[in-house]
Amino acid sequence: MKNMMEVKGLTFTYSGANEASLVDVTLPVEKNKVTALIGPSGCGKSTLLRGMNRIHDLYPGHTYEGVINLLNTDGKSYTNILDIKKEAELIRLRQRVGMIFQKPTPFPMTIFENIAYGLRLSGIKNKADLKDIVEQSLRDAALWNEAKDRLDHDARGLSGGQQQRLCIARAIALKPEVILFDEPTSALDPISTLAIEEMISVLREKYSICIVTHNMQQAARISDFTGFMYLGEMIEYDQTDTIFMKPSKKQTEDYISGRFG
Amino acid sequence: MELIFKKIAQLSASLVFVILAATTIVLYLSAKPAIEEFGLKFLIEPRWGVQEKVEPPAIAEQSDLKQLEKSADIQTDDDFIKDEEDFMMDDEDDFIFDDDMESDSNRNKTIYGALVPIVGTVFSTLIAMLFSIPLAIGIAVFLSEIAPSALAKPVGVAIELLASIPSIIYGMWGLFYFGPFIASLFGGNTVSLLVAGLVLGIMVIPFMAALSRDAIATVPDMLKESAYAMGATKLEVIKDVVFPYAKTGIIGSIILSFGRALGETMAVAFVIGGVYQFAEKVTDPTNSIPVVLANSFAESSGLSLSVLFYLALILFVLSFGVIAIAKFYFLRRK
Repeated sequence: MKNMMEVKGLTFTYSGANEASLVDVTLPVEKNKVTALIGPSGCGKSTLLRGMNRIHDLYPGHTYEGVINLLNTDGKSYTNILDIKKEAELIRLRQRVGMIFQKPTPFPMTIFENIAYGLRLSGIKNKADLKDIVEQSLRDAALWNEAKDRLDHDARGLSGGQQQRLCIARAIALKPEVILFDEPTSALDPISTLAIEEMISVLREKYSICIVTHNMQQAARISDFTGFMYLGEMIEYDQTDTIFMKPSKKQTEDYISGRFG
Repeated sequence: MELIFKKIAQLSASLVFVILAATTIVLYLSAKPAIEEFGLKFLIEPRWGVQEKVEPPAIAEQSDLKQLEKSADIQTDDDFIKDEEDFMMDDEDDFIFDDDMESDSNRNKTIYGALVPIVGTVFSTLIAMLFSIPLAIGIAVFLSEIAPSALAKPVGVAIELLASIPSIIYGMWGLFYFGPFIASLFGGNTVSLLVAGLVLGIMVIPFMAALSRDAIATVPDMLKESAYAMGATKLEVIKDVVFPYAKTGIIGSIILSFGRALGETMAVAFVIGGVYQFAEKVTDPTNSIPVVLANSFAESSGLSLSVLFYLALILFVLSFGVIAIAKFYFLRRK
């Protein structure tokens, strides 16, 4: 199976910091698989994720070294996204590599507009098309039944779990190739968490997913591959079963068995 | 201890209402003679301090006319005498003239009307708002979204300092520098409605900009990031996410600035001209309610003082009304 994205030897330093937050990190993101990143707070997993659609670049002064490859639409060659300089190409990149954040971030507009917003930005203006895609995205995000009667209501009136599913619907409406989840369930109750986890296992059929999580059970439940990070380094990456059953590094074993972190 | 604390807090809160009620009552009581004299016609009467002949009542008309004729006769007699003695008796001439005025004023009353200052207040404030809203919001957006923090911090502090400059300084600057400058650009007087509006606008810009910037700063980074993650540009994020999210705070800052401009006295007193006439062009001088109040209190008594209280009551209702409407209309959806 081909890798959708490949992070190779990435070293990342925040603006004004003396030490790099990521050191020589390597991580493949396989196509139509779920890759989980685990590790204690401050280990750099979110930093890595935010490099993969270069959302870091909204704030000036950060430095990257290394390579982050993204599979081209021809399915054969790769483009190093760190080479992108132009604003317009960064915007295109972010539409191909979507992102879901720790907290639900509904835009201050209606449920329909929340999803149509990104579509309009990407140039879809036709009303009928918009309506179709909005409906399909809401169905894929398991929100259609709850939201279909109030598409014209302010999205901030939804519950936290519904808001997060709306954000996922919003991201998949753009038909991204990769979806990055940055601790998507850390602000949600257990039932909403379960709904999101189920959705992620379905989404894998269409998208390649990379998820950062604090919750090791979550990683074990939903991911195919797991990377364990510690102090800015990728300690171990393997199939999820291997990482959780018989990790090859002592640090991984200690973390998974709850001895630190 | 807990109870005492609660009571003190309660007392402080209720004090606001007591002060509000007391102010309203005092204004109303002091304005009462003028309200009874002029009624609501005060609001649409453009004349101020003008003597007007009272139409005598129908029954007394004839005797009054006779008296008028009589006094006219006496006057003409006096005039003859005066003419004869004109060369020597200059003083007496004045005396007779004064006497004449006095007898006249018995049949006259002074008309006061608030229309000129009301229109002046409203228009100078509107000009100020038109001028300051785009600039202030531009500054706020620049400081919170565009400028690098090395620039945003010092400029932000400078804006806050500007907001604290006493208004009389803006007035002096407006009179001696800005007014002549505007007059050289647009023609007209160095004191005018336009100058007053612009000085007011300049005065409220830092205030409005600082408040709007604080409102914009409450937009969570994550929300903006998620818009960028959908492929939005900076302009689109500001237009579609930042403004709608911070709308309540931005409108609040505009309302507060509006209220401030409406009641501003010192800066406007310097540059509006203080004449009781409508500004036919924006470059004409006119008057505004707070300026009339500040300029006229010293030499007023009786009815003319009560008129000022009536005017103050109008200003009170005007600013109270504007803020109440704005609060309920714009901010009703939270």
